[in-house]
Amino acid sequence: MSGQTDWCAALLDPARTVPAGLVTWNGSDPVQRFAVYRNNVTVSLMGAIADTFPVCQALLGAARFRALARAFVRDQPPRSPVLARYGAGFADFVAASHLADDWPCLPDLARLELACLDALHAGDAEPMDPATLAAVMAGPERLPALRLRLHPSLAALDSRYAVVSIWAAHQGDETPANIDPDVPESAWVLRHDRSVRVLPMAVGDVRFIAALRHGLTLGEAAALAADGADFDLTRCLTVLLREQVLTGIHDPDLRIHP
Amino acid sequence: MISVPSFISSPADAPRSGRHAGLPPRAGVGLKPQHIPDILDERPDLGFFEVHAENYLVAGGPLHADLTCIAERYPLSIHGVGLSIGGEDPLDRDHLHALRDLLDRYRPAMFSEHLAWSSHGGVFWNDLLPVPYDLCTLNRVCAHIDQAQEALGRRILLENPATYIEFAGSTLSETDFIGELVARTGCGLLLDVNNAYVSCTNHGRDVHAYLAALPLGQVGEIHLAGFHRETDSVGDPLLIDDHGSAVDAAVWSLYAWTLERIGPQPTLIEWDNAVPDFARLFAEAARAQTCLTRADAGREVAA
Repeated sequence: MSGQTDWCAALLDPARTVPAGLVTWNGSDPVQRFAVYRNNVTVSLMGAIADTFPVCQALLGAARFRALARAFVRDQPPRSPVLARYGAGFADFVAASHLADDWPCLPDLARLELACLDALHAGDAEPMDPATLAAVMAGPERLPALRLRLHPSLAALDSRYAVVSIWAAHQGDETPANIDPDVPESAWVLRHDRSVRVLPMAVGDVRFIAALRHGLTLGEAAALAADGADFDLTRCLTVLLREQVLTGIHDPDLRIHP
Repeated sequence: MISVPSFISSPADAPRSGRHAGLPPRAGVGLKPQHIPDILDERPDLGFFEVHAENYLVAGGPLHADLTCIAERYPLSIHGVGLSIGGEDPLDRDHLHALRDLLDRYRPAMFSEHLAWSSHGGVFWNDLLPVPYDLCTLNRVCAHIDQAQEALGRRILLENPATYIEFAGSTLSETDFIGELVARTGCGLLLDVNNAYVSCTNHGRDVHAYLAALPLGQVGEIHLAGFHRETDSVGDPLLIDDHGSAVDAAVWSLYAWTLERIGPQPTLIEWDNAVPDFARLFAEAARAQTCLTRADAGREVAA
């Protein structure tokens, strides 16, 4: 094995012997000095996870969250020097690990918090110019054939649990009110100006965004979203415009509106 | 055989836009998002700001908006913490490309990295891990620096490490190793005075002799930071480079000693953990600026 392979095996596992060939000037214990690196690696990565999932941490309590984060870091150390998406596998890990089975909403709450971080760092895009939009809307008969271009930050998710209310209750300084976690909730997550917003929406509204992201037309996406689910096209369009996350419209009969 | 890439012959760090001509020999601080309202409000008199490259390898959002505002008002230094120049594995080409895009976007006055490794076997360890000082490692690190300077289209500075352990297999001193790679690759030295103090304390070396043996003529920037004090198993001090407190008195004194020898250099206060409010950070930079001003006056008298 190479020197660095030996180091890697020992860095995350305190039970492993330290790599061979390490020396100290004064005969002090190399294991204690190697432990500085072990500590730097594990603590800094646990910190990155804690920073990404503050509400999960608040819900679970600091000590239990630390144990969960440590288990995740050991199981899935990062693959990229860019740590902004290091938490992408955390929700699935939490679900599979059974370390927090008494909090069944935790994986979805983690997905919501990751979506917030993704929205914060998503690409920039200018909202659609209102005059252009008005011109498009002047021909309502063509609306179903339009394809909407959405802001890169916009994501939609739903859950069997009340994760949107739980998340919202942890945004202020006040003690969160009692929330029944077993109520299904859905949300859009987006960045408006500099801030990430989590907007409570309906199941059909989430499907609508997913369908638009897949490139379906407005008409197709609305039909899919309304099929047996709570969906309101007017509400969706109103929010898209108000939050300035509609960045363009492709009209097959005319041209692409930037 | 010393091979110097062709672009080294052009003035070091000459930015294509001509907007920055190197960092000014003044005090700067690490840019923290929570300080940005204060900075844009007060326009503090600082020589430059420095950011960690990897924090800005995201698509968009307020981080980039803020850095754009800062870069319009101050010289910028970008400091990489994830290239793994000391790694046994090849450099990550995608990461190099991402860094190049970031440098093209912001055209910083300086780019620097570390004499350390942080990635191996596809895993990123988020720490600056040490290398043995032998010829095999020297050749590999030189090849990585050549590749990085070529890919980034500029001369880079390499930072001396803070280390906690040494390798039985080392055949060169740290200063000879650094001197050789600076000579071979044409890169500059980012002299971290705190790292020098931490490493020399941790390995029982004379820090003045250590500093004097470095290629001080190639220093392009200085870092100052705080450390955390622990004790090793035989009761000697074991200093941890944690960037979590004010600069230690011993490091201030080494800094002044260094400036007497090489004159004023761009100097960064690094404070990355337990970050204080901006006024406290600025006060630390002001103290460095006082040392720089004194060193400059000393040089004028000597001239």
